[in-house]
Amino acid sequence: MSIQDAGHVDDQAKVAFFNDPKVRSWAYQIILVLFLGWVIWSIRENVSANLEAQNIATGWGFLGTTAGFSILQKLVFYTEASSYGRALWIGLLNTFLIAFLGVIFATILGFIIGIARLSSNWIVAKVAMVYIEVVRNLPLLLQIFFWYFAALRALPGKREKASFLDTIHLNITGLKMPAPVFGEGSSIVGIAVLAAIGGIFFLRRWAKKRQEEKGEQFPVFLTSLGLLFFLPLIAFFAAGQPIGLEHPVFSETGPMIRRGFALNTGLSLSPEFIALFLALVTYTAAFIAEIVRAGIMAVDKGQSEASHALGVSNNFTLRLVVIPQAMRVIVPPLISQYLNLTKNSSLAVAIAYPDLVAVGGTILNQTGQAIEIVTLWMVIYLTISLSISMVMNWYNRSIALVGR
Amino acid sequence: MKKAIISAALGAAAIGMVATGATAATLDDVKAKDFVQCGVSQGLAGFSNPDDKGNWTGMDVDVCRALAAAIFGDATKVKFTPLSAKERFTALQSGEIDVLSRNTTWTATRDTSLGLNFAGVNYYDGQGFMVRSSLGVKSALELSGASVCTNTGTTTELNVADYFRSNKMEYELVAFEKADEVVAAYDAGRCDVFTTDQSGLYSQRLKLTNPGDHVVLPEIISKEPLGPVVRQGDDQWFNLVKWTHFAMVNAEELGVSSANIGEMMGSDNPAVKRLLGSEGAFGEALGVGNDWAANIIKMVGNYGEVFDRAVGPDTPLKIERGVNALWSDGGLQYAPPIR
Repeated sequence: MSIQDAGHVDDQAKVAFFNDPKVRSWAYQIILVLFLGWVIWSIRENVSANLEAQNIATGWGFLGTTAGFSILQKLVFYTEASSYGRALWIGLLNTFLIAFLGVIFATILGFIIGIARLSSNWIVAKVAMVYIEVVRNLPLLLQIFFWYFAALRALPGKREKASFLDTIHLNITGLKMPAPVFGEGSSIVGIAVLAAIGGIFFLRRWAKKRQEEKGEQFPVFLTSLGLLFFLPLIAFFAAGQPIGLEHPVFSETGPMIRRGFALNTGLSLSPEFIALFLALVTYTAAFIAEIVRAGIMAVDKGQSEASHALGVSNNFTLRLVVIPQAMRVIVPPLISQYLNLTKNSSLAVAIAYPDLVAVGGTILNQTGQAIEIVTLWMVIYLTISLSISMVMNWYNRSIALVGR
Repeated sequence: MKKAIISAALGAAAIGMVATGATAATLDDVKAKDFVQCGVSQGLAGFSNPDDKGNWTGMDVDVCRALAAAIFGDATKVKFTPLSAKERFTALQSGEIDVLSRNTTWTATRDTSLGLNFAGVNYYDGQGFMVRSSLGVKSALELSGASVCTNTGTTTELNVADYFRSNKMEYELVAFEKADEVVAAYDAGRCDVFTTDQSGLYSQRLKLTNPGDHVVLPEIISKEPLGPVVRQGDDQWFNLVKWTHFAMVNAEELGVSSANIGEMMGSDNPAVKRLLGSEGAFGEALGVGNDWAANIIKMVGNYGEVFDRAVGPDTPLKIERGVNALWSDGGLQYAPPIR
């Protein structure tokens, strides 16, 4: 640009269009996107061309063909005549089950241990510390093997059982419980449960309002518990006891092979599920305990001192002052523990728990369609993890400090 | 250039099976690197099993040793890659191994849709069941209600489903990825039944705490022809693997063994002469030396020798020749003539 030109420049600077920072940044973005698109496209093209050249079957058609193998644990209907797609669905549900229960129990156990770690009782604090240090520092796969193979050997054999109150039984084939059988009219009990939950919701709102207005407290917790227990119970008897129990069948006579628990009677948890569940819960709980401890210690001591000075009890101080503030520190690392637990559940493959990876691996081997299966795995785990993140981030925002 | 970029990208994506998928001449590659890369099991006595010094032995291992003997005149020029049932086909497709010799059943799906070819059958097997003798079970038809332990991703898993379903029996399948875990779980009493190829049952039984407490039931519920596998689209290599096996079967039929090969070299029998390379140029046609078969027999042995050494009556496995006897003895082992 020459000096003479400078005089013509008014308040709006005239630059060449390719020097406009806005245009430039857009152009770079577009070039990057095009480049990425090209890379993905050419990978796809090359993969399919090479697979075709090697006569390896490709495509998603296999999902509709008959699987032909049996799966140990199925939450919904599945037989050997079902399709590969259905088999994957069964595997996915099993992953959901272990992840869901694992997250809940790991959180509960983690909170208990984390608080125990801070206990003023020397023994309790040390026991919690030893637990955390031992469990956290052993590889998870090793712990899964421990629970599966060591615990398996300790259980009573297949023809024997250890019973609790004669309703819950344990032996090497798993934990056997009575299964509920829903007869006619059992929907009334279901409605009663929903009504109780709705009732508790309104009760809490009413009690809170009353406390704010009149300063009187109402025993919400005990009332809620009673409501949840007695309302369905009354409905159960009123409807003529529609829900029965199907006990697992245990035979001690007849040919040896038929003795023990009969298959498909009662409710059964396989030892594979139990081992994986215990390993994941105890392992993740150790990490959660440390997170909880860090969270509680992050709350200034003055907070509880102030609370005590106001005459608030220890219990209420913890519940109303310390934990709500600690949660802001706890939740973000808690999210990654939940994600870890979910992803770690894929170690199930080592002990025959049929999760998504185990079932997918079987399909991969039966059909040979490695790329499709691996892609499915990645997409599904990514979706699960992102969903957990989303929910937990939403929760984190809802408890975050609000600037006023 | 484009391929090179793609290879890198794919390698990073750990899919890895595509770019290196060699359709080029495997034999040339093998000669260039001076050894055969052979995919075997993670330890199955009698078929492919490493000892405490890391030396592999067994029938499947001998297929690879014979290949090396045919190509290099040196049966030790083999490297072994232990593979799980799940990994084996991908390893072959990707070119990580040159030949898969891992008690692998020849099925229609595997032959047609995986880009693989089965180069003959070195062991005719069938699926069987093993149970504790204390159960008093005499037949597989009494197994209704049993828990069954097996490997995932095998034909076994499918056969057992077919068998129990067609006989209207209930069962619970506990499927592990590794053979050792199947053995451990069965040994711990998790399952009543252990099922796999019958040869595998004899072999795995040796790993149990009390092998004598377990019996293999008489029923064979499937056909399991086991053999070496190569990539599709390389006919020269396919032929070489195929004829390596045939040479060993032919040698047994002609009475040529590692013990008598010296005197057999001077035999007047034209079939023996063709086998040992003093007549014709069959090795050349396969892309190796004409003494290929002589080297195989000298260094590895004929089919019968390999069988007896690996799984025969004098081994812990104690397997009879049965259907694996030569066709002339009423078995199924039959090789086309070398002429």
